[in-house]
Amino acid sequence: MPVSKLVGAKVKRREDPSLIRGVGEYVDDVKLPGILHAAILRSPHAHAKINRIAVGAARQLAGVVAVYTGAELKNRIGTLPTTADNPTLRIPDHRALAVDKTCYVGEPVAAVVAEDRYTARDGVDLIEVDYEPLPAVTDPEKALTAASPVIHAQWPDNLAFRWQQERGNVAGAFKQADKIVKQRLVHQRLAPIAMETRGVLANYSDTQGLCVWTSTQIPHLVKGHLANLLKLPETRVRVIAPEVGGGFGSKLNVYAEEPLLAFLALELKRPVKWIEERRENIQATIHGRGQVGEVEAAVKKDGRVLALRYNVIADIGAYHQLFTPAIPPFTGLMLSGCYKIPAIGIAVRAAFTNKMSTDAYRGAGRPEATYVIERLMDRVARELKLDPVKVRQRNFPKPAEFPFKTATGLVYDSGNYELALSKALKLVGYDKLRAEQKRARGKGRYLGIGVSTYVEICAMGPGFWEYGKVDVKADGKVKVYSGASPHGQGQKTSFAQIVADQLGVDFDDVEVLHGDTGTVAKGMGTFGSRATAVGGIAIYHAAEEVKKKAQELAAQLLEAATEDVVFSDDKFIVKGVPRKGMTIQQIARQAAAANLASEISADSTFEPSNFTFPFGTHICVVEIEPETGQIEIKKYLAVDDCGKVINPLLADGQVQGGIAQGLGQALYEAVVYDDNGQLTTGSLMDYAVPRAADLPRFQLAHTETPTPVNPLGIKGIGEAGTIGSTPAVVSAVIDALAPLGVSHLDMPLTPQKIWRACQASTAAKKRVRK
Amino acid sequence: MATKKPITLSINGSEKSYEVEPRLLLVHLLRDVAGLTGTHIGCDTSICGACTVMLNGNAVKSCTVLAVQADGGEVLTIEGLARGVKLHPIQEAFWECHGLQCGFCTPGMILSAHQLLQRNPKPTETEIRHAIDGNLCRCTGYQHIVDAVQQAAKQMRPKTKSVRRKA
Repeated sequence: MPVSKLVGAKVKRREDPSLIRGVGEYVDDVKLPGILHAAILRSPHAHAKINRIAVGAARQLAGVVAVYTGAELKNRIGTLPTTADNPTLRIPDHRALAVDKTCYVGEPVAAVVAEDRYTARDGVDLIEVDYEPLPAVTDPEKALTAASPVIHAQWPDNLAFRWQQERGNVAGAFKQADKIVKQRLVHQRLAPIAMETRGVLANYSDTQGLCVWTSTQIPHLVKGHLANLLKLPETRVRVIAPEVGGGFGSKLNVYAEEPLLAFLALELKRPVKWIEERRENIQATIHGRGQVGEVEAAVKKDGRVLALRYNVIADIGAYHQLFTPAIPPFTGLMLSGCYKIPAIGIAVRAAFTNKMSTDAYRGAGRPEATYVIERLMDRVARELKLDPVKVRQRNFPKPAEFPFKTATGLVYDSGNYELALSKALKLVGYDKLRAEQKRARGKGRYLGIGVSTYVEICAMGPGFWEYGKVDVKADGKVKVYSGASPHGQGQKTSFAQIVADQLGVDFDDVEVLHGDTGTVAKGMGTFGSRATAVGGIAIYHAAEEVKKKAQELAAQLLEAATEDVVFSDDKFIVKGVPRKGMTIQQIARQAAAANLASEISADSTFEPSNFTFPFGTHICVVEIEPETGQIEIKKYLAVDDCGKVINPLLADGQVQGGIAQGLGQALYEAVVYDDNGQLTTGSLMDYAVPRAADLPRFQLAHTETPTPVNPLGIKGIGEAGTIGSTPAVVSAVIDALAPLGVSHLDMPLTPQKIWRACQASTAAKKRVRK
Repeated sequence: MATKKPITLSINGSEKSYEVEPRLLLVHLLRDVAGLTGTHIGCDTSICGACTVMLNGNAVKSCTVLAVQADGGEVLTIEGLARGVKLHPIQEAFWECHGLQCGFCTPGMILSAHQLLQRNPKPTETEIRHAIDGNLCRCTGYQHIVDAVQQAAKQMRPKTKSVRRKA
């Protein structure tokens, strides 16, 4: 491991000056001459036949330039892509504009292009569609029954795919169990709500080809797909992700509007922009979670879990988006959490429903798995009358057992779960809290403590690579190019820290470029906490390569043998002659002057041999007011282990934001469709995102167990907060309500839900007294 | 389409006249007509606060104010907060405390904090959290934002006499 100066330091972000001045450029801020604006007509029905679309009035409106319907585009834009490595996968045609049927509220039906935004919206209002409504299904369990309406005629059972796995002797373990513990759990649908909605600006010129600005986490992947969907050579397509106002997985996709806008620009030969409204965002940007399952555990009296069985139905919506089929299997693979459980049987069935697709949302599959196993551990503790902490400790693999192979077939790289847990217990004063809880209960107060120990899967490894390039220019400036396309995570700062340390140059001399397929040769993007743990390593390797080249050039300039030149104290020196040293910037300058090299540059593509598995313990303490159902969060503590930390300021920011999102799922957030498939949480007026006054101050701490799968020991931190927090908060609330006999409530735990649970219990008591 | 109306606005200290459709939102006037794109749009329902600007000294959500309603008024947007290269103390504090990640909510958040600190130079953490409750942030969990506002408050409070004497 290299000796560090900047790595590990709280370096202020270089992203910030333009953002705090309001001059950062997001998609909607990009202006081009002659720009047109598109607006999209969306289906008001969850399920309907389209008999006829009348666009005449819209076309005649002054200022409207063009109107397109699905029928006109059918043979001109390919069907939207999805991952397809599951043999049971059924892929319905997913068109940029619906052709003769719509399958969810918000599905794009027609597009209007006009000289300004307001006129484009006026044009949309003038389109008349003759819809023939069809029965809809929104409940994924109902969708898989014979009585359900059918969404795609070729698959009358509405089954989108299956995924199953059984390892170890599950049936045998259930025979040996002292007790079987069961729980049904619902993971409600969530809206990611990046503060910047999606947006696309497309421009075409015969000389430059197609250029698309899009608010995306994956510009290079979008570029490849756009070329394919529009049958253009990839060399004629450039995709730029400028400033991106948050993604959380929702911009890890290829959406209908991206090829649609590209098509409009190609067709109209003018730049065309579409900016999603928030109502469109909640209708037609992917949702997260959406699983309902039943878990059962075979346990011994001492709390050891011998086996798990999990049957889960994933609500995937009407179509697959890019990674939709990959998410539920993640839940299956991570089901055993941070525990040594010898036998596991999982059966996933994915159901088509008349809703927007679910896909990757912060944590993608792992929050669901963690919630299942953590809620189950609490149930086990409760039924066996054991402390929830004891049950967890009894099932941990020991530090010496790493790398640890799980029953689901994953190999956890490194870990010390007991250490993170004991640190958290100590910091929060667990024993004192339990004593205080006992006293509080004696006085009729509802205090609850929730402990969640988690492990997550990060740094998407085998099969997912990342690209990096380091270039020391003759003027001494260092340019770093990354295929990771961060959007708020701060890698312009953390990558510069890595490179400045490696090359021994000033932080201010290093510039990091990303998000433009025209300047970065290739890349995958930012998702799954991979930007630093995979992208950062690609850059690290490129910097190493640059140093090798610099060593050779130094040898020529210093008239020494290459093997006699060493890098020491930020300089290349001839062994034994420390006085005669050169910095890499001096080498670049002199090498250019001597016509040896115009720059010192190298690139690298890093594909890790395994994933990384960060872990930790989150503890939440709540008090509930039974008369109102209000929850007060009295304490929140997180101890996370993400291996080596490049910049603690950024790591803390990621954890705090993640906790807020996980807590949002536990207490506030839910995308709700009614039985007819109408979206009843269609704006921020009724989809509740946590606000500043809803949240407590989070106390953060870390342990550091570096991963052996990359040379910097980095694991990734972006999703930890979300994964760890949801079960911690829910467990705390259920623990608080335990004296009322409540053993489970489904999320979100709104005041109304809690009040009802309190009332039901009070009513039950009164009935007993009578 | 209704006829256009003439309006005059002072934006960040400079007075300008515009001919606008009566339905034009203030946020679109600022962004699309005046070219000041630091004011962002996050929700269209006055919930998220990304479009917050100061109008006649009050923080308003410019996605639900018509440009004609602002006629004759004084608007301060994020672009008008720094003095040339010198950042406003609230901007400095957001940078220092890592009070932003994607930066999209930041201009609105800074202007809400600005209003708070003008009215209450020494807010408690609870008062800060309430003051920014109309501004959603999905990245930070708010903690670093609260820290930034606290730090800015400290910076902006007039120095005590004893300190001045020492200086």
